[in-house]
Amino acid sequence: MSRHLIKGNEAIVKAAVLAGCRGFYGYPITPASEITEAAAKYMPQVGGVFLQAESEVAAINMLYGASAAGVRVMTASSGPGISLMQEGISYMAGAELPCVVADITRAGPGLGNITSEQSDYHQVVKGGGHGNYRTLVLAPHSVQEMVDLTVLAFDLADRYRNPVVLMADGFIGQMMEPVEFPQAVTEPALPRWAVAGTEATRTNLISSIFLDNDKLEAHIRHLEAKYEMARRHETRAEELYTEDAEVVLVGYGIVARILKAVAAEARADGLRVGVLRPITLFPFPTADFVRIATRAKVFVVVEMSNGQMLEDVRLALNGTRPVEFLSRVGGNVPSHHEVLAFVQKQVQLSAQSEEVVHVG
Amino acid sequence: MSDDLEMQYEVARSRPEAFYERFDRKDELQHQTHYCPGCGHGIIHKMVAQAIDELGIQNRTILISPVGCSVFAYYYFDVGNVQAAHGRAPAVATAVKRSRSQSIVISYQGDGDLSAIGSAEILHAANRGENISVIFVNNAIYSMTGGQVAPTTLLGQRSTTTPEGRSAEREGYPLRVSELLGALEAPVYIERVGIGDNKQIAQAYRAVRKAIENQVRGLGFSLVEILSTCPTIWKMSPVESQRWVHDVMEKTFPLGLIRERTKDAQPHETPAPAPADLRKVLGIADQARIVPHQVAKSATNLQVRVAGFGGQGVLLLGEILAEAGLNAGLEVSWLPSYGPEMRSGTSNCHVRISSEPIDSPLVTRPDVLVAMNEPSLHKFYESVPPGGWVLYNRDAMPGECKRTDLNVLARPFTQIAKDLGDARTGNMIMLGALIECTGAVPWQSVDAALRQMIKSEKWLELDRRALARGRELMREPVEEAVHEG
Ligand SMILES: Cc1ncc(C[n+]2csc(CCOP(=O)(O)OP(=O)(O)O)c2C)c(N)n1
Ligand code: SF4
Repeated sequence: MSRHLIKGNEAIVKAAVLAGCRGFYGYPITPASEITEAAAKYMPQVGGVFLQAESEVAAINMLYGASAAGVRVMTASSGPGISLMQEGISYMAGAELPCVVADITRAGPGLGNITSEQSDYHQVVKGGGHGNYRTLVLAPHSVQEMVDLTVLAFDLADRYRNPVVLMADGFIGQMMEPVEFPQAVTEPALPRWAVAGTEATRTNLISSIFLDNDKLEAHIRHLEAKYEMARRHETRAEELYTEDAEVVLVGYGIVARILKAVAAEARADGLRVGVLRPITLFPFPTADFVRIATRAKVFVVVEMSNGQMLEDVRLALNGTRPVEFLSRVGGNVPSHHEVLAFVQKQVQLSAQSEEVVHVG
Repeated sequence: MSDDLEMQYEVARSRPEAFYERFDRKDELQHQTHYCPGCGHGIIHKMVAQAIDELGIQNRTILISPVGCSVFAYYYFDVGNVQAAHGRAPAVATAVKRSRSQSIVISYQGDGDLSAIGSAEILHAANRGENISVIFVNNAIYSMTGGQVAPTTLLGQRSTTTPEGRSAEREGYPLRVSELLGALEAPVYIERVGIGDNKQIAQAYRAVRKAIENQVRGLGFSLVEILSTCPTIWKMSPVESQRWVHDVMEKTFPLGLIRERTKDAQPHETPAPAPADLRKVLGIADQARIVPHQVAKSATNLQVRVAGFGGQGVLLLGEILAEAGLNAGLEVSWLPSYGPEMRSGTSNCHVRISSEPIDSPLVTRPDVLVAMNEPSLHKFYESVPPGGWVLYNRDAMPGECKRTDLNVLARPFTQIAKDLGDARTGNMIMLGALIECTGAVPWQSVDAALRQMIKSEKWLELDRRALARGRELMREPVEEAVHEG
């Protein structure tokens, strides 16, 4: 099998086509536009539909329509566009429609700037739209994962009948790395619930409205049960040197790449540093944190945000271990050296506090 | 006249096949609709159902219901049903139709839904000429939410949010959406009708049927605006309501044909079938590469930063280097700067080539800095660690760059390229020098990368010559770093 040097954003579209995606409705925004452009190129050639919508509001509602018609469908956007899509994402979760949304994040709030931040975490992972729903969120940290997690995203979206967000930062979207594409080509069957304009699907209804309180409550409980199932079966994380790590670095996306470099260097210096990288941001790998915390002394969260995933890490550890936080925002990336220095400081501090314990 | 009466009888009394016999999706009173007595929605639903019957399209029909009093249209229509967000029905309909071209998609919308919150979606669906049928029920008010002003509310008409009546200064004028859409090229059929009396109802039915039939014939975008009644919010009897449509609404919203181009319309094409070989279309069919064992004997870990003006081939240089590394069986990463710098005309990229998996693709301490202009040299000069290389596109380093712990090759690469045949191959000369000084990738994998990426024979030749020249420049005897005064 050959490896292809390809940009993350383009890899998403090729993987989507292999995964059976035959609809793309989008609106341009940096740094996600290459996805929309690649979809414009390939969708018509593979018998799919590409349409540049009049807004992200329209685009996500087009996903609603295509998905209702039983097509594997996706869109791509970034911060400001994802904000506009929240309406449709809530409707799709409510109506139990699968779709894949690629969020190639940029810096905010407002127009912010087009460089990378990880500040969409709250609006994506916590469900930025209205109502009791969640999206499943996958966070690739390499171009290969742009491929693998895109394919996974379509499968999860169908399995859970729910929107899945592929959340990558601008770096992962813009960079090129060699990837292997899956050999398998998916040809999805028409879902039995779809409304496809045929006799067999005539009695089907796609809707998110439940006028009766009890029926809506039952529906929400049903959605929750799906999310609970996702928590049990779909949680993914990568660990590096965690078996004996005293300091555990936590980050996702491009940050995780930097953390891996830092950990390797710290190890070379004899420091017991490990990395825990959430791959699924929802469901969050809480159990992994709990397990690793039995040995680790301190967790260091590094984020290109003001501490959004940090909250989930704190919830997962529930006060059992200290959680330190290193933040860069505005499009700045924490440098390898900056993180290393921060880690060295934590190691020192934790050694000191141990001495105190011994003395006391 | 008697004809019309008969038609109206048909519309009003018998149950069309496209209606359910019992409304099981309703929670209670499943033998009657949820509409108020005399509500226009009930009458218009029957028109739509009857047209579906007459055209024999029940199995193919997909009804998009809006947000408004007709949100529950799916209680009644025995067709495929999709309920859409407020105002978004035309976007939903667009994708349903494009996904299932054999289906007949009817977007049913109220005037708040279509002319206010959904004004962008209807405008663009119409402008794209989507092959859908829109039934636009204009009752001049937001009914479902209890009677607030709509863009279509008449001047002087009271609503809960215009308690003194609509004024042009405050709320603007009643929006004539059909006329607005009539200004577009794409729509094939737009007509405004009413349900003010039996005659109007008969005409309304013909229009509804035509709008749907146009789609069956593949002709394109059709919209029927129906001036409708809302006795409850208007606080009128059903009979008074009909009269109000006839005597008052019509003055602001004149009935009649606004667009009729069905004669010249060409049936929409159905999309082409999917190709057999997806991988080929995607450009990811297996390709032969140079086998790894030919090369990369020792451990490799090269970090490069390339920087210069846009148009100097900064990104391409990096890409060819990365592709060459891949050809040599190594791990590679290439990361461009894509920020605001792009606008200011400079660009740079990070390239890593390694025999081990690459952790961070960000290069903060480059082993080699390729500086294609002076600002780039200044920006990254200090980041090069001792023993690193700087390739600089001038015949001498600027005076302030005095480090003695670096290897430097300062040459006017762009000028040399010009002498060689084309100034634009300056990047390739620098790449040649880089390959030579690092030895990170073998020459044959660089050549293979060139062949993969440069499709024109002329450019391939120029680039090969440039690479060779770079190699020579690097091999020339090392001299002391020259500094500009
Ligand atoms: C985003 C959003 N905003 C507001 C509402 C509340 N809302 C429901 S129906 C409606 C107005 C509907 O009026 P119209 O389209 O004229 O339909 P009618 O009820 O008159 O048939 C509004 C504002 C909503 N459901 N969603
Ligand atoms: S409130 Fe008006 S539009 Fe709504 S059902 Fe009653 S009469 Fe019809």
